[in-house]
Amino acid sequence: MSERRTPAAELRGIEKRFGPVRANRSISLTLARGSIHGLVGENGAGKSTLAQILYGYLRPDAGEIRIGGRPVAFGSPRDAIAAGVGMVHQHFMLVEPMTVLENLMLGREAGLGLAEGRASALATLARLDRGGGTALDPEAKVENLPIGSKQRVEILKALHRGAEILILDEPTAVLTPLEATALFGELRALAEHGKTILLVTHRLREVIEVTDAVTVLRQGEVVAERQTRDTDAAELAELMIGRSPSPPQRRPARLGPLRLEIRELTVRDGAGILRLDRASLAVRGGEIVAIAGVAGNGQSELIESLVGLTAPESGSIRLDDVELIGLTVRERRLRGLGHVAEDRLRLGAVADFSAVENALLGCEQVPQFLRRAANAGALEAAMAAYDVRPAEPERHFARFSGGNQQKLVVARELGRTPALLVAGQPTRGVDVGAAELIHNRLLELRDAGSAILLISADLEEIWLLADRILVLCGGRIAGELTPETADERQLGLLMAGAASA
Amino acid sequence: MRVGATLLRWAEPLLVPLANIAAALLLSGLVVLAAGADPFAAMAVLLRGSLGDPASLGYTLYYATNFIFTGLAVALPFHAGLFNIGGEGQAYVGGLFASLVCLFLGPVFGWLAVPLAVLAAAAGGALWALGPAWLRVARGSHVVITTIMFNFIASALMTFLIVKVLIAPGQSAPESVPFVESAWMPSLGHLLGPSPLNLSFPLALLLATAVWVFLRRMRAGFELRAVGANPEAARAAGISVARATVLALGLGGALAGLIAVNELMGAQHRLLLEFPAGYGFMGIAVALVGRNHPLGIVLAAIFFGALYQGGTELSFDLPQVTRDLVVVIEGLAILFCGALENLFRRRIATWLGKEART
Repeated sequence: MSERRTPAAELRGIEKRFGPVRANRSISLTLARGSIHGLVGENGAGKSTLAQILYGYLRPDAGEIRIGGRPVAFGSPRDAIAAGVGMVHQHFMLVEPMTVLENLMLGREAGLGLAEGRASALATLARLDRGGGTALDPEAKVENLPIGSKQRVEILKALHRGAEILILDEPTAVLTPLEATALFGELRALAEHGKTILLVTHRLREVIEVTDAVTVLRQGEVVAERQTRDTDAAELAELMIGRSPSPPQRRPARLGPLRLEIRELTVRDGAGILRLDRASLAVRGGEIVAIAGVAGNGQSELIESLVGLTAPESGSIRLDDVELIGLTVRERRLRGLGHVAEDRLRLGAVADFSAVENALLGCEQVPQFLRRAANAGALEAAMAAYDVRPAEPERHFARFSGGNQQKLVVARELGRTPALLVAGQPTRGVDVGAAELIHNRLLELRDAGSAILLISADLEEIWLLADRILVLCGGRIAGELTPETADERQLGLLMAGAASA
Repeated sequence: MRVGATLLRWAEPLLVPLANIAAALLLSGLVVLAAGADPFAAMAVLLRGSLGDPASLGYTLYYATNFIFTGLAVALPFHAGLFNIGGEGQAYVGGLFASLVCLFLGPVFGWLAVPLAVLAAAAGGALWALGPAWLRVARGSHVVITTIMFNFIASALMTFLIVKVLIAPGQSAPESVPFVESAWMPSLGHLLGPSPLNLSFPLALLLATAVWVFLRRMRAGFELRAVGANPEAARAAGISVARATVLALGLGGALAGLIAVNELMGAQHRLLLEFPAGYGFMGIAVALVGRNHPLGIVLAAIFFGALYQGGTELSFDLPQVTRDLVVVIEGLAILFCGALENLFRRRIATWLGKEART
């Protein structure tokens, strides 16, 4: 009985400083056994720091951690794992060319041969893999699995290492709505079997949907603790950002001339698989057209052929009546194409460069000799306009938080006032405040007469911004909706390929 | 805060190599002791032999000149993510081009042959680097493999040319006739001498500065670094990865080719077999120790130049310390600065109170 009552984990007065920054100020948190606990806050509020302390990556400067009532001091994640704490990272730590089973066995081979490790991994799979729908194939290669299944492998891996407390860091950032629902079902099942889950996220709808209790962090401090049933998303949002969020002001679209016209665009990937199948669409100035769809249905290929990173097999892309196919990336940019990359650290920025160097990336008007002072001055103005913190032009890009990195990329691309902006997941992994700012800037750009093609996995964002919604399914435009007249059910059906509009 | 951060940015790149070199010297001392010599005496000979008098210093800087050129030849392509191991071959072909100018245009053009030959050396080196660059761009071949293969091709080609074509008539030594005196690189041996030090040393310093300006202050250098740090993002930003590859390897080859200016035009005054003598490969170590920064490379080049020169003296003065033992000391320096580069970094960073990275 007392076993039941002891919290799974308790953190008391956790302090962590990075130089002058107090990332965690006297944080206390109690995780009840068998519960799902949400940890929410904006980027830079200290969520990740706290999660990393609980997982042994970082040592707290002060404070106490108790696991199952016993005080512990973790020197490394190894200690944390031994104490029954597991973590599922936002970026999966899987060996892609290995099978599901091999990934589970990694580090738990047990003995000289592999038989023992295999047997115990198989046992874990049989015992625990009851996530919604089909079971994982132990012999499937991880690289061939959809993202949702990869995440299941990550969770199983942690459980196989004996995790009783599972930390999930922004687990739904990479998932489709359907996969997210499946994940939540799985988490509920785990909690019912006595596992304790700490869900680190900034998506408030998920917190309301799945957690039992929630802790809100702001600027390194706990500002509120709630039982989930006693609160709602609006209250949490207000607590997170310290004020009530304001939805962006949307004026009715004033349509300008046709700017982007895509006709019968067909793209095959390196393996010869058809990724875009005769897709046609048009965007006029002063209009935001959103592309909705389950990830992997041709969105990335559409972006890459627009920007000039992929050569399509056939079709035409015209911007302001100029054919873009055959032009280089730079020539397209010179004709007024802007691009917020889906994955900022892969395509949007150079992590090793400073903010000011990143602000110059892809800007054709860069002179032969770089003038540091002038560039830094211009960037400081942009940093102020986009509320980038800290406003240090010489700071390494990688050392900004995700939201501020995204603001820097958006500031660079919008600063050129593009004729056409291709915005891929413009607010992915970004907190409420930053998303709000980016949304407002996108609407301003639209009202200034630019054409915007928005590709987003975030349906809320699409409802908020789009003048028209096109659904991509299996590389084809499956239908078109108008936000004013359509509802989520219609959209969901189109995305699943179950209806045509 | 910002002043502090700037100070830290400068202190770390200086202190870390110093700590590494100190550790390497300490271990070298033990090696010398094991060989039966007094490490302190050896250190004294090393210092005196490399820096003790004008002639020794002249030799040290003369060797350092080669190391600056080859160090830069490795570092510049490295900033574009390309590992140029072909300095040896590039220097060799640069030597051919420079020698042809000195031999055939020297008698006609007078002193004007000198700048022409310098350009020819750079052009020859660049040309030899363009093969691997083209293979990289067109076929995706790995430059580590291709540049090293091109070293062998250069070596075979040059042996043939020197032994069969350019050899001085009636001579058995594999070398060309001497260059006319007007085509010599002006000597600085009278300032620090007698030594083979020549105008190539200030040229090397000038080019180290130029490389820094190119990488940090010029658009082409910026694009080159972007390609090195994140080729996908560079491509998405409209930067031509192919152009950056060709430029980086071409400039690297040109820098390697300039060894010929120091060695052939400055010291030997003729083309001879195997004149790059491993300087091209040492460039890798110099770039490693200098952490690919032009200033670091100049300092590392002087360090290796001193080891080279002082080591020769050492093997004369202390019979227990052979030439091979000096190579061991060089190796230890490379080991500590390269493979064990991070041995002291964290401690130094903590000591400097640097912000932990999350």
